[in-house]
Amino acid sequence: MEPVKGATTADRLAPRDPARYDRRFAARAAGIKSSAMRDLMSLTERPEIITLAGGLPDTESFPAEVFDEVWRAIGRDHRATALQYGPTEGLLELRERICGIMAEGGAEAHPDGIIVTAGGQQAIDLSVRTFVDPGDVVLAEGPTYPGAVPSFSTYEARVVHVPLDDDGMRVDLLEERIEELAGQGIRPKLIYTIPNFHNPGGVTMSLERRRRLVQIAHEREILVVEDNPYGQIRFEGEPLPSLWELDGGAGWVIHLSTFSKILAPGLRVGWVAAPAPVLRKMNLGKQAADLGTGTLNQRFVVEYLKRFDWREHVARLNGIYRSRRDAMLRALEEEFPADATWTRPQGGLFVWANLPSYIDTTELLARAIERHQVAFVPGRGAFLDGRGGHSMRMNYSFASEAVISEGVERIGAAIDEMIELQRVLGGGA
Amino acid sequence: MSRRVAVLKGGRSLEREVSLRSGGNVEAALRRLGHEVLPMDADQHLVRNLREQRPDVAFIALHGKGGEDGTVQELLEILGIPYTGSGVLSCQRSMDKVVAKAIFTAEGIPTPKWYAFSEDAFREMGAADTLPEIRERLGLPLVVKPAKQGSALGISVAHEPGEIPRALMTALSYDDRVLLEAFVPGREIAVSVIGTDAPQALPAVEAVPTGDFYDFESRYTPGATELIAPAPIDPDTAAEASRLALACYEALGCRGFGRVDLMLDAEGRLWVLELNAIPGMTDTSLLPAAVEAAGMGFDEMVGRVLDLADLGG
Repeated sequence: MEPVKGATTADRLAPRDPARYDRRFAARAAGIKSSAMRDLMSLTERPEIITLAGGLPDTESFPAEVFDEVWRAIGRDHRATALQYGPTEGLLELRERICGIMAEGGAEAHPDGIIVTAGGQQAIDLSVRTFVDPGDVVLAEGPTYPGAVPSFSTYEARVVHVPLDDDGMRVDLLEERIEELAGQGIRPKLIYTIPNFHNPGGVTMSLERRRRLVQIAHEREILVVEDNPYGQIRFEGEPLPSLWELDGGAGWVIHLSTFSKILAPGLRVGWVAAPAPVLRKMNLGKQAADLGTGTLNQRFVVEYLKRFDWREHVARLNGIYRSRRDAMLRALEEEFPADATWTRPQGGLFVWANLPSYIDTTELLARAIERHQVAFVPGRGAFLDGRGGHSMRMNYSFASEAVISEGVERIGAAIDEMIELQRVLGGGA
Repeated sequence: MSRRVAVLKGGRSLEREVSLRSGGNVEAALRRLGHEVLPMDADQHLVRNLREQRPDVAFIALHGKGGEDGTVQELLEILGIPYTGSGVLSCQRSMDKVVAKAIFTAEGIPTPKWYAFSEDAFREMGAADTLPEIRERLGLPLVVKPAKQGSALGISVAHEPGEIPRALMTALSYDDRVLLEAFVPGREIAVSVIGTDAPQALPAVEAVPTGDFYDFESRYTPGATELIAPAPIDPDTAAEASRLALACYEALGCRGFGRVDLMLDAEGRLWVLELNAIPGMTDTSLLPAAVEAAGMGFDEMVGRVLDLADLGG
């Protein structure tokens, strides 16, 4: 028999099987690989598992009568246009209302300076796609938003992490990184940051650092992508000005946001505000991707905003989230070990915890799923450089207070087992 | 003859995703063979689904806990639905590497020396105090692995004494019992076996990892591991690998199909690491490569394994 090098059964398998295509995939697609963690995460959907892993806003509390009224209005007054193609940049009425929402937070924008996107996710993807060539450096917080990682990978960005602390991105270290890179003749293409209620970090950037970050962007002429999905989800403290506002129209900030958290994520309606030349390129990218965000969904947002006060809906959500956050913080205080630390978010959806260095949170997840029926997100997914192994993200927006308490208690039990093991194993070798 | 075949896949083990890929390939093959396919996720509705759908036979494409350890097999026995692969007891024996290695040793089949402990032994009986003796007897490096996991999940190699506790923590995350095993450096050889009354060993396949260890990611990322089938080994070694694989298969009382993983050391000696009662059938798995090297084709293999479906044993 002739040896078959790299033998596969590809040629005999049906078209639905991936093996046939393996050798044909583009490098950027082939680079998205299977990981033990991803396979673990798929188990978190099992019904008996309490999951604090998701990032889901609450949609149960969206009132049925509001939904009905909006839906009827679309059918009555906008049926044909809501079912038709729309402009790539989005419905003008919606862009006007987006400017109104941004103005609430002190950020000035013009409807011509906005593109409506398929959720905030597409706004991230368009930003990276528009600026990043393979190998280009993107500076991002470490941890960074796990959902941005596939975009960074797809466009082959080289991500350099900047640490976070309780006041957000360490802007002093950001400057150091920029200096180091400059020493190698490298100018970063983008600084990607989530200043408000960081996902997964749970922290908010201080006003002082915001000012300094914008100053750095101006001095060094580096574009900042400000991702702001959670800005309105604040239950404590005073809102801080956005980087967009602090930029004062100088054109070094691209601002991304979404209706996912203030209205509903299933709508997939987000937006990007950017300087005109940038927006023109993004518009081309969006044309290629999908021609335009679903008109029906955009119309839903417009008709909702015409009739109802989104601030009331957000205030209701924030009340729910605040109690759930409190439930999580109480449970963490009781159930987590003394040498663990975690954030105390004033808003957003997540708590980020750091465990003792001998606990690997991917291993903890395996133990937690198998023996305690509870799940969370291990920290590694939020880094592109292999760090995050001792950290974890827990969501409090979706589960009830009782379920959150039970979930944290179970995670605490799994951690206790690992601490005990470390104790008995520590001296053994 | 066209039959109604339930393909059991997914399930609740940590190898769920792998199983979904194996199951997908099996379903495609069964359809091409003209059977009526009833895909079933082995979830909490499994028994109800099996009762409602009343398949003639079940093809088990599950890996790991629940599917490969005798649990699903026991359910199918109760429901009286013939199923592919080994019976309850053989599954239990092969899933637990400690039990399997004890049986291999009793049968004179070479397997690397090992010691096994439960998490409780460490927590309640001070088992960690024996680590110096274990190190002395097994030497370094040594392999630490969960007793009951597939796909290399939770396996690590400790090169220095200080790495052993870390490796134990890792392995104990995936099972409450672990084994410490002498490390056999060499080439990774897999021999798949098909048949029940007169089992046949397929050509050996060599797995050449691109990293330094054949771990979970390289197993399931196309291109990260190169499979060479048949393995480029001399005919005597190949014959010995087949003999050992068949001996393992019979020692554990397997039927239908199975796969034996071995190491070929620098002196040309073969060591059995484990037997998988339900070999992976993904596009990057060893069994499909062996089947192809045997000139058989994936569909024919699936057909033969289906024909051998049975109850009891």
